[in-house]
Amino acid sequence: MSKEAKKFLITGNEAIAEAAIQAGCRFYAGYPITPQNEVPTYMSRRMPEVGGVFIQAESELAAINMVFGASAAGTRAMTSSSSPGISLKQEGISYLAGCQLPAVIVNIMRGGPGLGNIAPAQSDYFQATKGGGHGDYRCIVLAPSTVQEAVDLTALAFDLADKYRNPVIVLGDGMLGQMMEPVEKFKMPALPAGRQNLKCKTDKKLWELSGAKNRKPRIIRSLFLGEGVLENWNKALQNKYRKIESEEKRYEGFHLDDSKIILVAYGTMARVAKEAMREARSHGIKVGLIRPISLWPFPAEPFLKLSGKIKRFLVVEMSAGQMIEDVRLAVEGRAKVDFYGRTGGSIPSKEEILRQITLINK
Amino acid sequence: MPKIKINREKCKACYLCIAHCPKGLIVIDSELNKMGVKPVKFQKKKDVDCIGCAFCALVCPDCGIEVFK
Amino acid sequence: MKKNKQKFFSRPESMYDRLTHYCPGCGHGIIHRLICEAVDELKIREKVIAIAPVGCAVLAYDYWDFDCIEAAHGRALAVATGIKRVRPENIVFTYQGDGDLAAIGTAETIHTANRGENLTVIFVNNAVYGMTGGQMAPTTLLGQKTATTPRGRDNKNEGFPLKISEMLAILDGVKYVERVSVSSPQEIIKAKKAVKQAFQNQVDGLGFSLVEVLSSCPTYWGMKPKQAMDWIKEVMAKRFPLGRLK
Repeated sequence: MSKEAKKFLITGNEAIAEAAIQAGCRFYAGYPITPQNEVPTYMSRRMPEVGGVFIQAESELAAINMVFGASAAGTRAMTSSSSPGISLKQEGISYLAGCQLPAVIVNIMRGGPGLGNIAPAQSDYFQATKGGGHGDYRCIVLAPSTVQEAVDLTALAFDLADKYRNPVIVLGDGMLGQMMEPVEKFKMPALPAGRQNLKCKTDKKLWELSGAKNRKPRIIRSLFLGEGVLENWNKALQNKYRKIESEEKRYEGFHLDDSKIILVAYGTMARVAKEAMREARSHGIKVGLIRPISLWPFPAEPFLKLSGKIKRFLVVEMSAGQMIEDVRLAVEGRAKVDFYGRTGGSIPSKEEILRQITLINK
Repeated sequence: MPKIKINREKCKACYLCIAHCPKGLIVIDSELNKMGVKPVKFQKKKDVDCIGCAFCALVCPDCGIEVFK
Repeated sequence: MKKNKQKFFSRPESMYDRLTHYCPGCGHGIIHRLICEAVDELKIREKVIAIAPVGCAVLAYDYWDFDCIEAAHGRALAVATGIKRVRPENIVFTYQGDGDLAAIGTAETIHTANRGENLTVIFVNNAVYGMTGGQMAPTTLLGQKTATTPRGRDNKNEGFPLKISEMLAILDGVKYVERVSVSSPQEIIKAKKAVKQAFQNQVDGLGFSLVEVLSSCPTYWGMKPKQAMDWIKEVMAKRFPLGRLK
């Protein structure tokens, strides 16, 4: 037997696309925007190979609404874009949430506001975690920090979307999307046959539109005009969100037992923060790291637990400070929370973070 | 002889059927329906019969008229 | 003898026996019925997936006995594309007003048509925004008074009535475009034929088919229902000529 390599090199964007295919995604619609172009490019080649659908839409609005339709028809569906394009998709995301339809939306963030630039940024945290579109709704937000994790979280995103009938956002940035890293070989041939076709799905979707044959018509809607009806619908949504909050919080912690200073960072930023943590510890400064993986639901518990014990949280972001608001909420005023961030495509360096650590440690 | 059946509770009193009946056999009822409007009714005329053209039913936006032949 | 009388005309089976929310004399009720008649005659009810627009007709699913989904304003054809591509064996149609199809959804309309998606579009043109209170539509006629053109539509400020069906007819991806009206029994019979054709085309896999139906909005035209129907015939159909465009 030939010795096969267990891992291979792939860009983050392509890895996300292939992971989606592996997860049974059979419908993709998107619109070109840098730095996520490798996703639609990959999908245009790959989808026909697995009997799926690829559409280059006329706009991000059209793309998200095609996904809306495909999802309503029962297929695992995805779209991807980058910050300005995600702004355009907010309408569709709100409707997905309102109609309780599953979908995966990939945002490979770039600098903003406006056209901004095409360099990596994390300035869409508010947009992703606090709603983005209109109405009281939430998206599950998963933030991978490596290409391998992008693969794993993309697969998880589809499962969570179906489980909760809710849109899930995979929130990466231009750095993660563009860079190549080794990932474990995909297991495509081992997929069960039923998932290879267009209508692949993990469970029976008893709400999907397929034609009212031998059953009553199904209606997918988010308009509720009767008195109190929308409030009841919203209550059901909120109950679902509470369930997600109790079951789907994810984070990774480093040196949480003995640290005086805890860095907080997600995605690409967490990689740099981890380096800074290692270096600080090599100098004898007890620094730890919390890396939220689910940005919503935000993993608040470790923050509250550590609040009495540590000197300071230092939130590091590729933004002017967005996740820091959730950290502040999580510590309930019981700990000091500092911030260091850069915007416009600049990434806080290890040295810059170390400088902040030294200042705090004085 | 053809015949029409008007569902007076579905009638919103747009009177398109009256306008289109070639024989003038549909008129406004003097009694209100549950919606509080005066619905239409079939009014027999001497020597004039319904011809079953279904114009009334075709123009009725509320599926309120059935035609029998 | 009396007992043997056959039902010659009645509510189509796939239309619920329900009072609609539409105003007296509104054309939507007629068009809803024509769709159901076509669906019943083609025996496709169990395959139909309808896309309801934003506008007065958003509640169309309250009257139709088949699967239905709401689309965001203007996005009906993007949603239809998603559904039809996933379920090509189903019969997918959109029901859209002039604002939905020819203003906010113009891009979706043109590109779905241009892709030649095998879909049926029922485009209801009543030259006004009904649900929001009678504002100007892209198809509002010059000189027509609406809530937002109180002095009448003036092309210097509001541009011209948009002939989107003519625009669509020139696209390579489009199979069938016809403009009909519900202004009289005779026109309604023609409209029914066109609606049925548009569904038949999809059944036959022929591609994008659109029927524009000139319809009335007595409420926001400030007319009595009959007067509104006459206005379609005498004024509207002059600007939007009836007949097959492709």
